Amino acid sequence: MNLSRKAFLRVSCFSLLGAAMRKTAAAFGSTFSRKVQWGMAVDIRKCARRPECTACIDVCDQAHNVPRVPDKRHEVRWIWKDTPEHAFEGEDFRYSSIAKLPVMLMCNHCDDPPCVRVCPTQATWKREDGIVAMDWHRCIGCRYCMAACPYESRSFNWVDPRPYIKTANPEFPTRTKGVVEKCTFCVERISQGREPACVEACPEKALIFGNVMDANSEIRRMLSSRDHVTRKPELGTGPNVFYLL
Amino acid sequence: MRDRPVIYGGLAVFLAVITLPFWRGIESGVTTKGPELARPATARQCVASTEFMKSSHMLLLMEMRDQAVRSGDPWYVGAGHGTYTISLTGTCLEQCHGSKTEFCDRCHDYAGVAPGCWSCHLDAGHSTGSLTAMRSSR
Amino acid sequence: MFLVEKALTGSKSYWRWMLILAAVIATGFVFYLRQLDYGLGITGLNRDVTWGLYIAQFTFFVGVAASAVMVVLPYYLHNFKVFAKITILGEFLAIAAVTMCMLFIFADMGQPARVLNVLLYPTLHSMMFWDMVSLAGYLLLNAVIAWATLTAERNGTAPARWVKPVILLSIPWAVSIHTVTAFLYAGLPGRPLWLTAVLAPRFLASAFASGPALLILLCLLIARVTKTQAPRESIQKIAVIVTYAMVANVFLILMEFFTALYSGVPEHREPFQYMFTGLEGHARLTPWMWTSVILAAISLVLLIVPRYRTNPRLLPIACGIVFVSLWIDKGIGLIVAGFVPSPLGVVPDYVPTLPEVLIVAGIWGVGMFILTVFYKIVIAIRPEPFAGHAGA
Ligand code: HEC
Ligand code: HEC
Repeated sequence: MNLSRKAFLRVSCFSLLGAAMRKTAAAFGSTFSRKVQWGMAVDIRKCARRPECTACIDVCDQAHNVPRVPDKRHEVRWIWKDTPEHAFEGEDFRYSSIAKLPVMLMCNHCDDPPCVRVCPTQATWKREDGIVAMDWHRCIGCRYCMAACPYESRSFNWVDPRPYIKTANPEFPTRTKGVVEKCTFCVERISQGREPACVEACPEKALIFGNVMDANSEIRRMLSSRDHVTRKPELGTGPNVFYLL
Repeated sequence: MRDRPVIYGGLAVFLAVITLPFWRGIESGVTTKGPELARPATARQCVASTEFMKSSHMLLLMEMRDQAVRSGDPWYVGAGHGTYTISLTGTCLEQCHGSKTEFCDRCHDYAGVAPGCWSCHLDAGHSTGSLTAMRSSR
Repeated sequence: MFLVEKALTGSKSYWRWMLILAAVIATGFVFYLRQLDYGLGITGLNRDVTWGLYIAQFTFFVGVAASAVMVVLPYYLHNFKVFAKITILGEFLAIAAVTMCMLFIFADMGQPARVLNVLLYPTLHSMMFWDMVSLAGYLLLNAVIAWATLTAERNGTAPARWVKPVILLSIPWAVSIHTVTAFLYAGLPGRPLWLTAVLAPRFLASAFASGPALLILLCLLIARVTKTQAPRESIQKIAVIVTYAMVANVFLILMEFFTALYSGVPEHREPFQYMFTGLEGHARLTPWMWTSVILAAISLVLLIVPRYRTNPRLLPIACGIVFVSLWIDKGIGLIVAGFVPSPLGVVPDYVPTLPEVLIVAGIWGVGMFILTVFYKIVIAIRPEPFAGHAGA
């Protein structure tokens, strides 16, 4: 290719500008044109029928080689159980019938995820199907996404995770020290047309997974027939994990 | 001429440093013959020609990786029109080349490269064994 | 590079000082290697407080770097001749501070080997990207300016014509680096302590107080060590700048207090509670924060009353107090308390570990090392470095 200096400058300026505009458009309200947005409905009462059950956590941790770090300060979690008080920080559930029920928490795969907005390398980004994905090859471990996530859905590998993985799943890589990780709605299963591991494992069928852009999907029928809440909707992140009351 | 020892000392250190790769080569038994590689494990068909793989397997891996992770498309169509599930451990190692130590490492040790992939990706042979042991073996 | 030879000769005490710094740097480096091997778990950081001393120090020193503008601007925009001999000191302070900032960021990264990813995949909607760009640009600007003006001075000529526009560019650039640094924090939805439009102005105010205060201390130190005085007038002018900036900073902090405490909104109130009274029994920051407040109050008295400000014995004390007060406020409190309580309402604890502190000390050592070398060069080039009106 033979480019004069001027032409080269012009081309590179325009392509930079174009990239900038695409990026900006993507940063603001990217959901409008989305056809698929995977989402999850968590039936709190069904789940609470087995207060001691950890099936979803176990199967997720096993499938993704999530380490069980004994030091709580360095804990890594993809899906975990917490109190309504923590899950819905700012809401007042003191006198509610769900006050004592456990709530399953995971990445909300937000419509407008702050973690994606702040990530300096696009190591986390929003896929076409609405999943907030992770590229562990690109993560520089700056933890900006953790400061940005208002749900604490992200964990950092403060130490080498391998000693804390009892039996590794050869199908999925582990992570190494110095990268951030979180729930990915099992992208590796979705590409094979399967549901997330936690959904499959739940003995009470308390987790319902589906495309929330499809009005006929099971999850949408569930959401239109039952009262539900999302976590911290006032922040404008647009969570796609819904809690059926 | 009081600084003569300094000059010769410095010269000796300099020589030692610039010939370091040479000494390390001797230490790790490098010969001009090249490394002995184990044959591919079970696969009958190849993703690409041996020549291409020798010169460009790292680029191919990056391409596959970006396709699988960033485009969410885990199927790769190889040169012989076979379709492969992109998986460093499951396909590259287990299905095609056998163990990492017998294949990749032999050549990499020889060439003096140490790809960082294995701090996350599991070696087929070791995947169910103790991970702590793998840590020290890179 | 070109003038380094000036830093290779010096008195016994100069070499002793450099040796001490080298030891501090080496210690920090050894612990950094341990951190590389073990992971950031070696620090006191944890899943709730994910940024700590490293990033807080980074934030503070971006301020110090930006503050060079407070001597450059009066001299170049208002032709304020008194600062003629001192701007170069401000620029070198900026270079040392920006270098420290970059090292702090580096120390905080989980995968430092991948740092180039920030440039390989430029992400315009990430404030971190802009921060890196603006910091690198600022370093470059100051390096070019300092080198050009210094070589011109050595040769006894006026700096080349192109230098002036570069200097003018460095003025808004300085403001931008600290604004962008504030944007790192001020745009995060889940961190109410930082989610305030006052953050960037407050950063600038505290920067323009702490940086010039440090510059005064450095000038006085040089006067002590080399028996050559900076013009008393220039020191006094900088002291006035420190005074105004400190007043503005305290005012802005009081604004924050009012909104958070009077509105009573828990998420805005709780970080302040954590800082000053403790929250749910966690009160590690309170002694620090009260120290900062009390020092700030004392410094205001010493700075505002002209009789005290012009007193050559009190001024360094006032400047030291300003520096320490703001260092606590910005270099510890603001960043750590931003994570408390966590978005789930947990009150976490964060205590820096010894390796973490030693790594920070090592980076301080690098900063001081660079500064010493540069200032040594300046003094060597100017036999009477601040000649003008000798005697304080
Ligand atoms: C920080 C940990 C880490 C490192 C280092 C790493 N990977 Fe990965 N890699 C992963 C994870 C985790 C996945 C699975 C991502 C997914 O399924 O979404 C993956 C997926 C892949 C895939 C596609 C699917 C698979 O399982 O193989 C390829 C190909 C790949 N990596 C290649 C590489 C190569 C080549 C290197 C070395 C240059 C490397 N990776 C280094 C963590 C890592
Ligand atoms: C015939 C020798 C040979 C074999 C066998 C081999 N490699 Fe390599 N590999 C190389 C050489 C040589 C390089 C360095 C190329 C360069 O740096 O340009 C390399 C580089 C790489 C890189 C990039 C490393 C980096 O730091 O850039 C990756 C990833 C890689 N190899 C993966 C593999 C895997 C996985 C296997 C086994 C399935 C393998 N290689 C087998 C010779 C080999």
